[in-house]
Amino acid sequence: MGARAVNDRQAARRREATPASIPAVRKGDALDVSELPSYGFAHRSLMWWGNAGMMTIEGVAFGFMVVIYFYLRDIARVWPDAGSPPDLLWGTVNLGVILASAVPNYLAQKAAQDRSLPRVRTWLYVCSLFGIALSVVRWFEFTALNVRWDDGAYGSVVWVLLGFHSFNLVTDVLDTFVLTAVTYSKPVEGKRFVDIAENCGYWYFVVLTWIPIYAVIYFGARV
Amino acid sequence: MESVGALPSRPRPRKRARTRSAAAAHRPMVRDGDGPGSRAAEELERTWQEKPGLVGWLSINNHKTLGLRFVVTAFFFAGLAGVMGGLMRHQLATANSHLLGPDFYNQLFSMHGTTMMFLFAVPVMQGFALYIVPLMIGTRNTAFPRMSACAYWLYLFGGLLLFGAFATNTGPDAGWFEYVPLAGPQYGIGKRADFWNMLVTYSEAMGLMVAVDITTTILKLRAPGMSLRQMPLFVWASLVTSVMIIFAMPLVMLGANLVQFDRMLGTHFFNPAEGGDALLWQHLFWFFGHPEVYFIFIPALGFVSAIIPTFARRPMFGHDAIVLSLVTTGFLSFGLWVHHMFATNLPELGKSFFTAMSFMIAIPTALQIFCWIATIAGGRLVMRTPFLFVLGFFFVLMIGGLTGIMLGSVPLDLQVHDTYFVVAHLHYVLIGGAVFPLFAALYYWFPKVTGKQLGETLGKWHFWLFFIGVNLTFFPLHILGLEGMPRRIYTYGAETGWEPLSMVSAVGQVINDVSTLIFAINLIRTVFFKKERASADPWGAGTLEWSVASPPPRCNFFALPVVSSREPLWAPPAEVTHVQGLSAQIREGLTTTVIDALPDTRYAYPEPEIWPFVAALSVTIWLVWSVWSVPGFVWGLIPPALAFLLWYWPNKKEAKEELRWEREP
Repeated sequence: MGARAVNDRQAARRREATPASIPAVRKGDALDVSELPSYGFAHRSLMWWGNAGMMTIEGVAFGFMVVIYFYLRDIARVWPDAGSPPDLLWGTVNLGVILASAVPNYLAQKAAQDRSLPRVRTWLYVCSLFGIALSVVRWFEFTALNVRWDDGAYGSVVWVLLGFHSFNLVTDVLDTFVLTAVTYSKPVEGKRFVDIAENCGYWYFVVLTWIPIYAVIYFGARV
Repeated sequence: MESVGALPSRPRPRKRARTRSAAAAHRPMVRDGDGPGSRAAEELERTWQEKPGLVGWLSINNHKTLGLRFVVTAFFFAGLAGVMGGLMRHQLATANSHLLGPDFYNQLFSMHGTTMMFLFAVPVMQGFALYIVPLMIGTRNTAFPRMSACAYWLYLFGGLLLFGAFATNTGPDAGWFEYVPLAGPQYGIGKRADFWNMLVTYSEAMGLMVAVDITTTILKLRAPGMSLRQMPLFVWASLVTSVMIIFAMPLVMLGANLVQFDRMLGTHFFNPAEGGDALLWQHLFWFFGHPEVYFIFIPALGFVSAIIPTFARRPMFGHDAIVLSLVTTGFLSFGLWVHHMFATNLPELGKSFFTAMSFMIAIPTALQIFCWIATIAGGRLVMRTPFLFVLGFFFVLMIGGLTGIMLGSVPLDLQVHDTYFVVAHLHYVLIGGAVFPLFAALYYWFPKVTGKQLGETLGKWHFWLFFIGVNLTFFPLHILGLEGMPRRIYTYGAETGWEPLSMVSAVGQVINDVSTLIFAINLIRTVFFKKERASADPWGAGTLEWSVASPPPRCNFFALPVVSSREPLWAPPAEVTHVQGLSAQIREGLTTTVIDALPDTRYAYPEPEIWPFVAALSVTIWLVWSVWSVPGFVWGLIPPALAFLLWYWPNKKEAKEELRWEREP
């Protein structure tokens, strides 16, 4: 395949992929954009980029909390240096519930992209219920850590790791409540559906970060 | 990046047309596209004007006002920190001086460093980016202007709190990097270190918010046609800096919070007796702290790259090479942090790696310098004040770079560690690498911001006195450092023989003060007494910010530009020059695709609201409360949560107005 053919194909793909389904049109020496959509989903929306920035920031913080965990484990003679490893029950329940929550979350996101208000409301309610359940389970997780934050470095890092994730969890659950309420504040602008879809995007981040954090908290002191 | 994924490929029927408010529909819809003086332009002026009164003033979210507020506040804090620096040089000018006591001196140098780094250098660069970037890329406001408004108030409150603490003898006293255990619960007495931790949390939250705003603005709000290849170098520098901030600043925020947990809740992250580690703090701090230097340096490189073509009267030589250098510098800066820790017990092999990495940073920097020299050599030079400061930058930065190579090698670093040699080096790189370009930028964009040009004669006096003063103040410190004078001592005996050079340094400081005074006089004279107005493009520059009036209208562009070259104002007339059809009645802009900048969607900018201010205020109350009380850490969260809720909650009137202009994707 010649370089030229590749170039042509790329150019063709780019033309097809030009996101504006309603294009801007040339009028004299001006580019008329009056028929362009006033919002767009996924990476077309600024909200997606802002969200990506926030997730990167928090991802860096989470990543380094895990680094700190292993740094401290590395210099410790015994690990855990105080208390005993956390009970597996609640953390594992949480893992199951949080993975399951991805399903209503996906459906809520889909409904938002279809701009279907009744379906959005239904699935946001389901997501909110999952959020409440997860917060309750999280409470039990803290009681089953088998160490206090001031017992030693191990206790400190485990509490803060779980605490940071809980902060994210609770924040996003509250966001979900607010967005559910916003669907009742008339008139509902189209861009609110983008907000809802992006909030669902953020929920995936909460779900995905829990997998490594779960592994570290529950097995870092075992293996 | 440009794929459309699950989006419908055809426009959907407009279901919502019926629900539009009947009252709003009476107003005829006015679209933009015509120049100043037209009906659309009048309507735009009305749409973008600020609300009256105090509430209106506190609500402003126009990037120009925010950028200006950041820069003015940063210079205010820099002035205070400069006075502290002056006091220290005065104290050290003579041996056995007891003008200041040791405890106060500790607070002075900690405050000086903290203020200069956290409250001056980073915010001033972000302030410039907030002001200039949207004008340079041809848009009407930043992507998340309310977030940047909130960031400004957080920054102001954080800074005022730090100085309030200092005024009540509670200023931080363990250096600008607040090493544990000195800043930990055992040795960090009183609330001094707590205020440092708070300040860091504030200033980093501010930095991160602005960085996300600027990144999104640059990627999604460029004028049609301004593909990444056509993007001006200053915008590239701002983008690289913002992305770096997003990756580095969470670290110091995390670290400061962990120290605060140690102090407040009794955790043991940094307590070796209970399994923690004091060195962990140094890693966390410097993994942020080294990129921090580049948050300051890279925007400055952007200033230089914006100014040189204008005064050399030709496009930049090696534009692409400079872009690649900026990106490379950004990456490399994350691999250098251990060179601040050569005097710790880390493995020697690791230190060699960091020495090599530190030397590598010279490659992209040198590449840029050669491109600038080539541009200057191939141009027709116009010697105006901004350009003088750029030349000063070359000279001073070069000396700082040379001592940097010395400090990058482990054996030399161990010899001069914690001496005045390091102080000399860091002042040369920071003043040379950031303050000289900053003054250049200030003289360069001043007519754009105020509509008046700073006086040239006073500007030249300012430059020469500052140039002499800086070298006189900081060059002797190299020699003092080699003679063994340690940093952070409040006095010394006459037998050390350090007195003559310290005196020279103090004289240099006085010259700096005089130059700053001349600068202040120039500012006041120009702003308040000068009648003559600057034209839209007083320097004959080529980038978009010079295509609008000085100062720019509130909406920046009555019609958004369409771009087809790197210096649109120097290019021959194009076939398509501008965008039309955006609303003139709501604050609307245009989003474009990330790489090619093809028109994508229209975008309604957030209206100004009081809630970002209220949110920043309630966050401040929360953080201060949490310094004194653990329950305050929990209960204090409620007001900010409410403020953020009200901030987000849709405004009915605004929603109705926006619905008139809505088109589904």
